Amino acid sequence: MSRTALGMPAVRPVHGQGNLHARTAFPAAAKAEMGNTQMRANIRHATHTIRGKRAAVAGELPDWEELRSAGSAIKEQVMANLPELLEEFERNVTARGGTVHWARDAEEANRIVTELVQATGSTDVIKIKSMATQEIGLEEHLAGHGITATETDLAELIVQLGRDLPSHILVPAIHKNRHEIRDIFLAEMAETDETLTSEPRDLAEAARTHLREKFLSTSVAVSGANFGVAETGTLTVVESEGNGRMCLTLPETLITVMGIEKIVPTFQDLEVFLQLLPRSSTGERMNPYTSMWTGVTPGDGPHNVHVVLLDNGRTAVLDDPAGRSALHCIRCSACLNVCPVYEQAGGHAYGSTYPGPIGAILSPQLTGITSEQNASLPYASSLCGACYDVCPVKINIPEILVHLRDEDVRTRHGERSDDGAAAAPARTRRLPQAPSEMDLMMKGASFVMSSGRRMALAEKALPLGRAVAGRDRAISWLPGAAGGWTDERDIPAPPKESFRNWWAQHADETAQRVAADGGSTGGATDGTTDGTTDGTTDGTTDGVSDRTSGGTSGGAPSGASHGAPHEGAAGAPQGGARDDTQHDGGER
Amino acid sequence: MTDAKTEILARIRGALHYTPAPAPAERTYRRSSDRLREEVVEMLEDRLVDYRAAVHRETAETLPARIADLLGVSARYVVPAGLDRSWLPEDTAARRALVDPGDARAASALGVRELNAVDAVVTSSTVSCAETGTIFLTGRPDEGRRAISLVPDHHICVVRLDSVVELIPEALALVEPTAPVTMISGPSATSDIELERVEGVHGPRTLDVILLG
Amino acid sequence: MRIALFATCIVDAMYPRVALATVRVLERLGHEVVFPPGQGCCSQMHVNSGYFDDALPVVRNHVKAFSAADYDVAVAPSGSCVASLGHQQPMIARAGGDEALAREAAAVAATTYELSQLLTDVLGVTDAAAQLGSWFPHRVTYHPSCHGMRLLRLGDRQKNLVASVGDIDFVELPDADECCGFGGTFSFKNPDVSAAMAEEKIDNIVSTGAELCTGGDASCLMHLGGAMNRRDSGPATVHFAEILASTRENPLEVSGPVELSIPGPRARRTASSSAPTTAGGAR
Repeated sequence: MSRTALGMPAVRPVHGQGNLHARTAFPAAAKAEMGNTQMRANIRHATHTIRGKRAAVAGELPDWEELRSAGSAIKEQVMANLPELLEEFERNVTARGGTVHWARDAEEANRIVTELVQATGSTDVIKIKSMATQEIGLEEHLAGHGITATETDLAELIVQLGRDLPSHILVPAIHKNRHEIRDIFLAEMAETDETLTSEPRDLAEAARTHLREKFLSTSVAVSGANFGVAETGTLTVVESEGNGRMCLTLPETLITVMGIEKIVPTFQDLEVFLQLLPRSSTGERMNPYTSMWTGVTPGDGPHNVHVVLLDNGRTAVLDDPAGRSALHCIRCSACLNVCPVYEQAGGHAYGSTYPGPIGAILSPQLTGITSEQNASLPYASSLCGACYDVCPVKINIPEILVHLRDEDVRTRHGERSDDGAAAAPARTRRLPQAPSEMDLMMKGASFVMSSGRRMALAEKALPLGRAVAGRDRAISWLPGAAGGWTDERDIPAPPKESFRNWWAQHADETAQRVAADGGSTGGATDGTTDGTTDGTTDGTTDGVSDRTSGGTSGGAPSGASHGAPHEGAAGAPQGGARDDTQHDGGER
Repeated sequence: MTDAKTEILARIRGALHYTPAPAPAERTYRRSSDRLREEVVEMLEDRLVDYRAAVHRETAETLPARIADLLGVSARYVVPAGLDRSWLPEDTAARRALVDPGDARAASALGVRELNAVDAVVTSSTVSCAETGTIFLTGRPDEGRRAISLVPDHHICVVRLDSVVELIPEALALVEPTAPVTMISGPSATSDIELERVEGVHGPRTLDVILLG
Repeated sequence: MRIALFATCIVDAMYPRVALATVRVLERLGHEVVFPPGQGCCSQMHVNSGYFDDALPVVRNHVKAFSAADYDVAVAPSGSCVASLGHQQPMIARAGGDEALAREAAAVAATTYELSQLLTDVLGVTDAAAQLGSWFPHRVTYHPSCHGMRLLRLGDRQKNLVASVGDIDFVELPDADECCGFGGTFSFKNPDVSAAMAEEKIDNIVSTGAELCTGGDASCLMHLGGAMNRRDSGPATVHFAEILASTRENPLEVSGPVELSIPGPRARRTASSSAPTTAGGAR
């Protein structure tokens, strides 16, 4: 969808950088990941476990849909009023003794955090799991400056100790099972020995012992935030283990990196999201711990409180009205847990901090569809719609996926060269490409399918396919774009004749058809001819049942001899019938 | 070069250029309870037990004995300065309450290592939400600063029956937004191993809730 | 009632028997079926592949073909294509700057039903054996296709109709609501993931011991059938319209590979002059 240049403002949003770029296009990355059968089994087990729990606790609330609608509407308000809300948030944090920093991109955010840590003199920080800091690659950046960041969330710790990459928004180590986790702990934790079992309870205990001293001795913590309340300057972290409480309470300095889209207008708005998030995320009525803090509370918790507000491509997402609702995401990961593609491919295949369905729309929007790799993400979906059904803030992921596919096609065709946001400096823009096999096929199909006459002609050629087909009337090999299909499955040989062409010769054989099926054709269908669309709803449904249920013997159909129901009743499927005059029985 | 704040705000305004004002959010979800008090309390109890918290129903008279029982004969435990002392059992040679002044800067405040060495903490609470089994601490004098209810491994939390509400909106309405808020739903837990919940990580591994009516 | 058949491109070209089955079921109830000749495709293949510009003429053609036709309601044997009419066509028209077309598209969509929707909600068919004479003495399981389930909210309409067929041995499919992995161009662009999804679906189908897996979308059934054919094991797939159309007198044969062509001799009988005596037959 091209947009006009009318009144284009001077400042263009800029795409993001950091851990958002896939290195391998999704199909190839997925194929490689799928070779890891243990990983697939682990993910399958975990996602299936959580699906049932989520469904149960969401289904338990009588007003779940109302909460979803409110969550979606509040997020829409946030986006529309973002500048004012961010400034209000800054004022309130500052008034309560906190300091707000603004970061245009990953690089700037990393620099700000590093300088803040350096100012404390500490070379150690403890971290709460945070998507934003993962996105900007903070840990690597700090390491480059001699600062060690220790992940305190259990799953992040597993990933960090295993020198692995996160593969899930909520449970970054979802691809590891208990036995693999035990092996990592045994190898990497000095406190453990062979007596460590692979029971989750024992593994959790090992993590507690391992991190206890860190919590008690480290003076700087880095966190993300689930919500930032503009009205009060309050920040919120939702967690389970208590590692978050430790990081938010014990150190002297607390630095929070928060995406600008995490703002909510009022404290009251939390009543919606604190119901939606845990039920969607871990399938619990409430997560064990939620912490809220507003600037500095003298004598309670850190006295050096900072917030870094991060853009890093979020304004570029906001720039596209058809795709901006991806920013409504509250990072619950319900969409990952129900996604059949995620279940097969796993999170690493998406190549970004944000995997799964939400990642497939968020990553390419944050970075722009500027690389072949990220441009492959919107296609990493069968459009089954399971993600949209569970999204607590009703992000229509399938619709945005399709929109981004259109953006990708236009980008390849050179139609979007300077549209939308500017590219991140480090990335090279893709140049317009020569029409692909797919382009030509779509063009051809559009020409044929936009005319019944051309369809009829094209279908006359169908019997050719039968010549290609093998003895079992299946085509098992096709060249080119369709080749991938026939690698895995057969295509049935086309029929001798299309329906359209057959119907042209046989439309008027109703009586024969009904008779062949064992029914009798009755001429009496008065009900139909006089049944105009005057909205008469004379119990159509029941009426039909009554009229047709009797008189059936030996399985012979009876409907035909009993007449048809009145029309215009019992419910047009999507409301609003067509112009009545078209239904008028006058000409009949 | 403009500063980051100016530029980000300009980017947002540029991105929102054509955006019409959206409709206000409709709060058609449940915002007040229509259940009987006892029903709500039972719901809280049910949800707490579901999270592996232990729940005890006590009166003002039976409370000290219950706390004594939960602490055991030998315990050093911390209490916030504002806690009603009549709730607590008499100190014995082996069981002693340590009073934290509520301000970490005070000389008598317990350090984190001291907190790590105590056996338990007893606090009051601000409000509790039955539907989710959530207890809210908001740093009031009888709840104390956040560290004292976090570092000890055993938290005994007193919930007055008249502070129990059914719904999250009802509970949040009773919370001072700028206070340091901790919402507690059961003992610490994790779902990080195979997405199965197990209790007991960094926060208190034992949570005793005393419903005081 | 005069019912316009939207055959859908895949059924028209690849599964004409499904269109015929739809016709047979409706004619048996005494309705007249017409086939608006200008029809082509719903445009979903283009939209879902990201070719919005190329989708526009396809949308325009569909709207024109059905707006020009005279009928009471339209029906298609596909949840996906019917969903596309309401969910995608207006969007494509607006993207192309044609607001009038968007409104017309929405109007056409509003009177177009998926087959089980039409049978259940409009025609009051709840018992296929009694009301349609459907008879199919086989063990059958059912896969609900995603778009029918999640965009049209068909619920159990298709399943209930199938389960009510005479002498059918109906078995539930485990994890039925999981996608089969077709997804249109998804199966071309991500063939490995698609095949893995099909594999899981097929394992579930095989576990039911059914001879056939039925469903409401020829595209998903083609994908599953093709994968099962390649695997050289497991049941075949068949559209539920064909099961509803099957009667004792004219049963659907299921031995051997499923034949797609409309059978010749039986249908090509004599005397067409006296045939149509259903509603509107006078025209």
